Amino acid sequence: MKTLLFSTAAFTLLCTLFVGIQGAWSDDDDHEWSEKMTSMKNKSTGVAPVTDPAYLEECGSCHFAYPPGLLPSISWQGIMNGLADHFGDNAELDDQTAERLNKYLEANAADKSEYRRSRAIMNSLRHTSTAPLRITGTPYFKHEHREIPKRIIELPEVGSLSQCNACHRYAENGSFSENEIWIKGVGQWDD
Amino acid sequence: MMKSQITLLATIIIVSSPVVAFSNTENDQTGFSAQRGKEIWNEQFSTSSQSRSCATCHTDDPRKPGKHASTGKPIKPMAPSINANRLTDQRKIEKWFKRNCKWTIGRECTDQEKGNVLEFLKNI
Repeated sequence: MKTLLFSTAAFTLLCTLFVGIQGAWSDDDDHEWSEKMTSMKNKSTGVAPVTDPAYLEECGSCHFAYPPGLLPSISWQGIMNGLADHFGDNAELDDQTAERLNKYLEANAADKSEYRRSRAIMNSLRHTSTAPLRITGTPYFKHEHREIPKRIIELPEVGSLSQCNACHRYAENGSFSENEIWIKGVGQWDD
Repeated sequence: MMKSQITLLATIIIVSSPVVAFSNTENDQTGFSAQRGKEIWNEQFSTSSQSRSCATCHTDDPRKPGKHASTGKPIKPMAPSINANRLTDQRKIEKWFKRNCKWTIGRECTDQEKGNVLEFLKNI
């Protein structure tokens, strides 16, 4: 009798739990669920994609709009303080725009991000005393690109390692997976 | 009396007619010259080891798409006759004049220079 009572109680508890879980699942419609899955996948493989329209406009007019999660905030501060000579170009901003971008960079820099590659970049910088001003200067970046031959980098379609989207097809989404690489004029890349 | 007034009015209309403006490239109302703008556009300036001009990135024909000199990023045509979005936002115009004049010429452009270049772009 005791066993029967216990079994019934256990069964009821299981049923309640199951209904509870189903209820929680049905709260999210398919679209939200797929968005969550994409976000989880990106967090485990990439960096946070750029979302600020002002950042896309101001930085993306001249070059690929690098996601803030590719450098620590101290590097971004250095870049923003030197816009009059921005790697040889003048990229000065008005005070209002500069303030907005400073806030955006500060909030989304690699040291503030949970995304895997941002954490990997921060980890690679832990033994360096000065933060690099270039994404291509971080030890993580150098390590990941160490096997790319010069002949590939020098292709007219590529030009330099700064052109993320010349090879990373989904760079604009903050995704840099190796199996997504497609080099213009070469095709798939497998090292 | 009436006749002389009409004659005077006719004279004023004829003298101020746009025919005068078409006789050269200078815009009589603004004092800016499309011809001078074109010369600035193609003028080579040496500020560093390289020689640069507006045409370095934008090509010598503003109706054609250009390419950023160092990053290679495509630049849409500058001529409003081809790209209607161009020269519609004053803040944007000032921002790019500031950046590009400093980068190309090594100083900010004067109002006269900016006006000349705008006159060139608007009329091509």
